[in-house]
Amino acid sequence: MIHIENIRKDFPILKRKVHKDKALIYFDNAATTQKPIQVIDAISNYYLNYNSNIHRAVHELAEEATIAYESTRDKIVKFINAKSREEIIFVRGTTEAINLVAYAWGRQNVNKDDIIVTTEYEHHSNIVPWQLLTKEKGAKLEYIGVDDNGELLLDQLDKYLETGRVKLVAFSQMSNVLGTITDSEEIIRRCKKKGVRVLVDAAQSVPHLKVDLQKLDCDFFAFSAHKMLGPTGVGVLWARKELLECMVPFNGGGDMIREVHKYETSWNDLPYKFEAGTPNIADVIGFAAAIDYLERIGMDKVREHEMEITKYALDKISQIKGIKLYGPMNVAKRGGVISFNLGDIHPHDLATIIDEDGVAIRSGHHCAQVLMERLDVSATSRASFYIYNTKDEVDVFIKSLYRAKELFRL
Amino acid sequence: MSSADIYREIILDYYRNPRNYGKLPNPDIAQRDSNPLCGDELEMHLNIKESKVVDVKFTGKGCAISQASASMLTELIMGKNFEEVKKLSKEDILDNLGLHDLGPARIKCALLSLKVLKSGLYSYLLEKLKDTASADKIKEEASGLY
Repeated sequence: MIHIENIRKDFPILKRKVHKDKALIYFDNAATTQKPIQVIDAISNYYLNYNSNIHRAVHELAEEATIAYESTRDKIVKFINAKSREEIIFVRGTTEAINLVAYAWGRQNVNKDDIIVTTEYEHHSNIVPWQLLTKEKGAKLEYIGVDDNGELLLDQLDKYLETGRVKLVAFSQMSNVLGTITDSEEIIRRCKKKGVRVLVDAAQSVPHLKVDLQKLDCDFFAFSAHKMLGPTGVGVLWARKELLECMVPFNGGGDMIREVHKYETSWNDLPYKFEAGTPNIADVIGFAAAIDYLERIGMDKVREHEMEITKYALDKISQIKGIKLYGPMNVAKRGGVISFNLGDIHPHDLATIIDEDGVAIRSGHHCAQVLMERLDVSATSRASFYIYNTKDEVDVFIKSLYRAKELFRL
Repeated sequence: MSSADIYREIILDYYRNPRNYGKLPNPDIAQRDSNPLCGDELEMHLNIKESKVVDVKFTGKGCAISQASASMLTELIMGKNFEEVKKLSKEDILDNLGLHDLGPARIKCALLSLKVLKSGLYSYLLEKLKDTASADKIKEEASGLY
């Protein structure tokens, strides 16, 4: 069990009121999570006490900043069980990580008539970069479909793999809309048999599940700090060292070079080859505090808590007449995300109504319009949970849904 | 404003039983737009005779505010001439809906229909009046729309 009351004390924002006197109930964690005081302090401590650029200067501040920045990399190596720090590239977020792969690996390795496979439940960030790449190269983009239970139709993957033209399979480890936990190991096993590269969008999974890259055996892996208690503007691309070594730089500039001459430049070692310019030092340092926080709780406990609260919420919400739920009903197969529609209330109207009761949920297409088309809806409402959410909060949320029904005379 | 004030009987009625919902077979003006933030979609069809709106229909997907707003707007402009339609302001639309003090996110829902109507009308006028002396004036008016 996690001590939720102690955890809540670490999140100053949870004390604030919204709409004058309503306690804030924050159920939009799949979009971004709140930040504990430890993360906020780590960032302000850097600016207050050792703000400096990293890597190059020899003064004391620079040394402290460099050590703090680089120690985040070491923590991430352990957190996801990577082999080495050279494989951890700091980027702005998952979106930039995927674009980096599309640009720096895709343009060298994907050719005319090749196939890139993704899935119908991807976020736009794992669709649009591949559309750009396949259009440029005359290659094809194919989709693994989603069944009515919100799970992937893996037979379709086999069909694509049999063509022998697939260069990359890119999928999300957890759907940001349905909460479906992808059977990643099975997909990767099938791809490896055919020598196909795999990219895992882990934006929704790393914050909520224990991840072990040595077990997973993928080739590229991307996630964002802000969905796991850390600041915005920082994310990680992990990739196999041998792939990173062959890839061209994504951005050119300072820090990514070994020597620059008038017409020729040689590249810095990994991971710096992919980190041009002054990075987001403060927020990388803040990210370390977020990882420390999660490790103190333990990712197994995080998952346990989320399963419990998700099951509680699913039980309650499914009793509401007129509710339509999306995604697997078995909490072993889904993360702490519940997408739904209630009668003919449009999600934006629903979100407006329950916001008045202090409940922050997301409404809309969740950057997953391909999935919305598959589900044949224009939008859904989405409640998503994290370590600081309680069953009492779920009760307020459910009560608020009944109020919305009343307002819409349902 | 509170939800109880927004979702009054009349808004829900227009949402569930939209007047002038549908498409025209040969519209003089057909204009479509969407709100990228929330995905609301709206398409308006108009028939024009002697600079007057003689028929108007809309189709769309979206929240109660955006759909009721579109439906009420179609009723408002039926039979009106170009000058009257051009003069319609944001305030007119909100008055017509009885919605004031909407937040910045929701006001876009209420005003999507006016945006579609005006951009459709100005495209039509620009096409009609191209190569004439009035074209520049229309262009100027259209550029100041939003």
